Amino acid sequence: MKIPLSYSWRSLWTRRLTTTMTLAGLALVVFVFAAVLMLAHGIEVALIDTGSDDNAIVIRRSSTSELVSQIERDAANIITTLPQIARGADGKPQASTETYVLINLEKKETGDMGNISVRGISPGAMQLRPQVRLTEGRMFRFGTDEIIIGQNIARRFQGCEIGQTIRFGESDWVIVGHFAAQGSAFESEIWGDVEQFMPSFGRPVFSSVTVRLRNPEEFTRFKASVEQDPRTQMGDVKREREYYREQSALMSSFVRILGLLVTFIFSIGAVIGAVITMYAAVANRTVEIGTLRALGFRRRSVLGAFLVESTLLSLIGGSVGIGLAALMSFVRISTTNFGSFSELGFGFALSPSIITASFVFAVTMGLIGGFFPAVRAARLNILTALREA
Amino acid sequence: MGESIGRPMVEVRNVSKSYHRDSIEIPVLQQINIAVPEGEFLALMGPSGSGKTTLLNLIAGIDRPTSGEVIVQGTNIGQLNESALARWRASHIGFVFQFYNLLPVLTAFDNVELPLLLTNLSKSERRNRVELALKLVGLADRMAHYPKQLSGGQEQRVAIARAIVTDPTLLVADEPTGDLDKVSAGEIMDLLDRLNKEFRKTIVMVTHDPRAAEKAHTVTHLEKGELA
Ligand SMILES: Nc1ncnc2c1ncn2[C@@H]1O[C@H](COP(=O)(O)OP(=O)(O)OP(=O)(O)O)[C@@H](O)[C@H]1O
Ligand SMILES: [Mg+2]
Repeated sequence: MKIPLSYSWRSLWTRRLTTTMTLAGLALVVFVFAAVLMLAHGIEVALIDTGSDDNAIVIRRSSTSELVSQIERDAANIITTLPQIARGADGKPQASTETYVLINLEKKETGDMGNISVRGISPGAMQLRPQVRLTEGRMFRFGTDEIIIGQNIARRFQGCEIGQTIRFGESDWVIVGHFAAQGSAFESEIWGDVEQFMPSFGRPVFSSVTVRLRNPEEFTRFKASVEQDPRTQMGDVKREREYYREQSALMSSFVRILGLLVTFIFSIGAVIGAVITMYAAVANRTVEIGTLRALGFRRRSVLGAFLVESTLLSLIGGSVGIGLAALMSFVRISTTNFGSFSELGFGFALSPSIITASFVFAVTMGLIGGFFPAVRAARLNILTALREA
Repeated sequence: MGESIGRPMVEVRNVSKSYHRDSIEIPVLQQINIAVPEGEFLALMGPSGSGKTTLLNLIAGIDRPTSGEVIVQGTNIGQLNESALARWRASHIGFVFQFYNLLPVLTAFDNVELPLLLTNLSKSERRNRVELALKLVGLADRMAHYPKQLSGGQEQRVAIARAIVTDPTLLVADEPTGDLDKVSAGEIMDLLDRLNKEFRKTIVMVTHDPRAAEKAHTVTHLEKGELA
């Protein structure tokens, strides 16, 4: 690359207005691109971080989620006494036999009904999920009709204040606390005593069993123990993180595919903008190109200089777009996860790979937009170019 | 004067040039023979359209003859392929254009440095050369100025600095005073004269201006593509 970078750079600076407009187009598309990826990633993060590496979850084989899974009490009793499970300070296995159902509540803002996950837990549950922390009120007491509510639900649904009563199943439930769970899916759930919820919903069976392993390497042995015992072999054992990754796949893929499709269509516009700008740049600088060639610069140096110019354009546009997208990290969204049909809160999550992908995307647009104009510049005949003077 | 030692610096042998516009052939030069000895200051004159620029371009290696040969310092430049010819131009030819052809986005310094970017010189060597060339044309104090901030005469002097910075064999100038007022034109001609006398630069210059031609040792006239 013999023609100095400053030539490309200052040429961009000289035509500030067109440069700025082209930049704006590129930045906008990169913004949308990055935001879509951040959103899809945010959904994954919210769900995946719900799970922990130390935990394993047992649901019924061939069930896609807890919602349709059934684990009989007998089987649950055998699973929770397996030796691979960690023991708490009280010497009891750290396990939670749970029930998981959906209920309907009215949203604060729109008054629409929304699905909410209700999880009945057993006393071991809090040890399995150290990320769960009460933000207001207190923990519910087992053996009572008390419940606690995830803060994402408390914020968005009516009648979720502490002291208020919610009716679901066949009973009324008293709210005694709100809890946070580091932005994970638990924040979008209602928790209470599983032994109270089951009769109320008329369900004699659990949905799932979650256990904390003595150490994560014991997973294989735990899985084998469950799946080989004829009394528990209907159970499917997964690492908790893996389970939640699967739960996020449907929605994050949907967002990603739809979003990227929209971005792709936008990007055609931005590339056309870059093409027009760069063709205009070549046309306005014909004499300069002829002069450079006369001085002894080769065609490929001219090609390079114009490609550098459009790449610079796209790098700046890309940086602006990513910068704007980074601001979206502060935005949180709550909507129905159609993987589980229940309310899920999540944010736009930036990651190094999203930044890389966005820059690659930006530079690709720049190179495509700059390619034909640059080739045109390189193909110019010296004499015809000089004659433009 | 211009004594030649052995071969002339530039030999134009039986050169004809025609352009094609659609299917019509337009003859521009016919059977031109010129020898330019080393140290010569040659002025090419003639009416508009007589082929002066075309001949100059052939000598400078930015165009190729339809027939005949152009030999510069023993190299038949018609036989070089495109990139070899580009390299040859970079090291042998200094260009001075009627409209200066400076790159508007680069400073005087950067403009003069351009041809040196095609050499292997280090950054500090380049800096020394650029400063020397700009000092020679009397613009050492204008290095950081952009072309827009200079007068026409000053722009042409920067262009001359760019033409001589690589210490080329041959300077070619196409109407170097064509766009300048009388005073600036005089300064440019004095500068070319000095480059010829003091630095022994061989110069081929196209001009319409009889006063400019006075500085040349030899004046050759072209008339409808033939030497008159
Ligand atoms: N690329 C080209 N294609 C077609 N015709 C050309 C081309 N270049 C030059 N000509 C023609 O060749 C003839 C000589 O042109 P040239 O530029 O050499 O003249 P000139 O003597 O330099 O004239 P002027 O004094 O006006 O600069 C003109 O008739 C011109 O139209
Ligand atoms: Mg001419």
